[in-house]
Amino acid sequence: MSAVIQSSAAAAKTTGDTLVNAKMAKQAKLDKFAKRKLVNKIALILSLGAMVFGLFWLVWILWETVRLGVGGLAWATFTQSTPPPNEIGGLANAMYGSAVMVALATLVGTPIGVMAGIYLAEYGRGNMLSSITRFANDILLSAPSIVIGLFIYAVVVSKFKSFSGWAGVLALALIVIPVVIRTTENMLLLIPNALREAAYALGSPKWRVIMGVTLKAARAGVVTGILLAIARIAGETAPLLFTSLSNQFWTSDLSNPMASLPVTIFKFAMSPYENWQKLAWAGVFIITVTVLGLNILARVLTREKI
Amino acid sequence: MNTKIHSILPDKLFAGAALFAVLVTLSLLLGIVGSLIYGAWPAIEKYGLTFLTRSVWDPVQNDYGGLVMIYGTLATSFIALLIAVPVSFGIALFLTELSPSWLRRPLGTAVELLAAVPSIVYGMWGLMVFGPILATYVQQPLQKLLMGVPYLGALVSGPPVGIGILSAGIILAIMIIPFIASVMRDVFEVTPPMLKESAYALGSTTWEVVTQVVLPYTKTGVVGGIMLGLGRALGETMAITFVIGNMNQLDSLSLFQAANSITSALANEFAEAGEGLHQAALIYLGLVLFFITFVVLSLSKILLSRLQKSEGSRS
Repeated sequence: MSAVIQSSAAAAKTTGDTLVNAKMAKQAKLDKFAKRKLVNKIALILSLGAMVFGLFWLVWILWETVRLGVGGLAWATFTQSTPPPNEIGGLANAMYGSAVMVALATLVGTPIGVMAGIYLAEYGRGNMLSSITRFANDILLSAPSIVIGLFIYAVVVSKFKSFSGWAGVLALALIVIPVVIRTTENMLLLIPNALREAAYALGSPKWRVIMGVTLKAARAGVVTGILLAIARIAGETAPLLFTSLSNQFWTSDLSNPMASLPVTIFKFAMSPYENWQKLAWAGVFIITVTVLGLNILARVLTREKI
Repeated sequence: MNTKIHSILPDKLFAGAALFAVLVTLSLLLGIVGSLIYGAWPAIEKYGLTFLTRSVWDPVQNDYGGLVMIYGTLATSFIALLIAVPVSFGIALFLTELSPSWLRRPLGTAVELLAAVPSIVYGMWGLMVFGPILATYVQQPLQKLLMGVPYLGALVSGPPVGIGILSAGIILAIMIIPFIASVMRDVFEVTPPMLKESAYALGSTTWEVVTQVVLPYTKTGVVGGIMLGLGRALGETMAITFVIGNMNQLDSLSLFQAANSITSALANEFAEAGEGLHQAALIYLGLVLFFITFVVLSLSKILLSRLQKSEGSRS
């Protein structure tokens, strides 16, 4: 009898224990849940903070550029060449030089970039040459632009004993190539193989498959890549510092030193003359508007074509 | 398809052109390395590797060493990464998981536009607008606060004028945040929604989904993005040249002290340096810079392939 009571008491005790245990476990679970929720909340708030932080700089930089840049703008900015210190003048020669060099560099760089991208994505998948090239391209892509300036200085400027617009064009083209290769390859790789196979099944030769199907399907991305490359070289200063150098006067002869907007801004911004600094801000405004405009254009174009 | 399907010539021409473009690209890289070594040879011959540890830079005496610039480049890039990586991660997280969908596109565009702003704009803004503000509202209070503290005090000594390693690092950070953030966002978006939704269905919080599903799935891309940012920071010229102060000193390791970086030394001196040892020394610096970015990129590639391999073995 007593044994029965004892055992039932023991049983009751164990049920009590399990109840307590279950409660504690539940509590622990809730605690853990609350902790996870808290961690989540903190992380998300920090993430919101990061977003605000990032936008803050954009707004600030754009605001100052507009405020100080518009102040420096005048009609003469677009019609006159760069002035000597403390005289009235504009940036016409620098803008012209930039436009010419950027346009030519794009013309030189884009075909090479697109073709190399096509090779990597369509011909050399998995072969040794393309993995070496991919590696080389990554290096070129992240190569400091000033080193590219050094290279062009060594092979062009010091050979011809003169700074020239052509040297600037080549330096900029060298920056276009890896950007275009990378985007072209990536975009082509996104095209599903079924599309290629369908085109082959219709009997098309490879080049037609590439030009008519894969490249066409990827064209939005490729065009974006080219536009972004243009936007990038439009603001590049470092590779022009010792290739095209600068020129105070209007020149359309690419074998002479040629003014460009970024180099002129650099020269003027570092100077103590007030009118030069004003022009530098005007130049910064023009460059920013152009580059951002190109970027937005790239977006609009691709959105419409997709 | 109206053309004859059996003509092989255009096909061969096309393939040849593609191959040619690849060979051009390869020879460009070889050309860069070759011309840098050739141009730097007088300096390499004279100093050898001691160039890297000498802190003299004296065009008058024609005696050169690269330590000051190399230190400047590494220190500014390190500061930039320190700030930029967490912020970029936050931005990418916000854009992929948190933002209401109608805001996603405009915000993403805004971040990408920040990446597109030319570096000279950052430089000029940094010199004329940001530098003075940093000096008044950050550097001077910091200096007052930390002056007596050992080690930390040394870091903040020097004239608080908004020019120097710290300013350059911060501006670099602002510059590379959008690069890293947009790469991170792009790779985060690659994660299959199925994976994320399964994790959510199991009761994960957003943070857990991101750290335990998205991040492991995309880590290669994330590391790639960070390396891209680092590469840009190391090679950035204009933004740094404006704000680093271009002073060849290494007497104090203060973050407020004007210093010099490889890129700004090149930008300021190269066009004026005559042929000879001065130019060779500058090209040697360029070679060192190229080598550093090369190593960073190669390391990232090795790391990436390892990550990919371990991914393969686990699944």
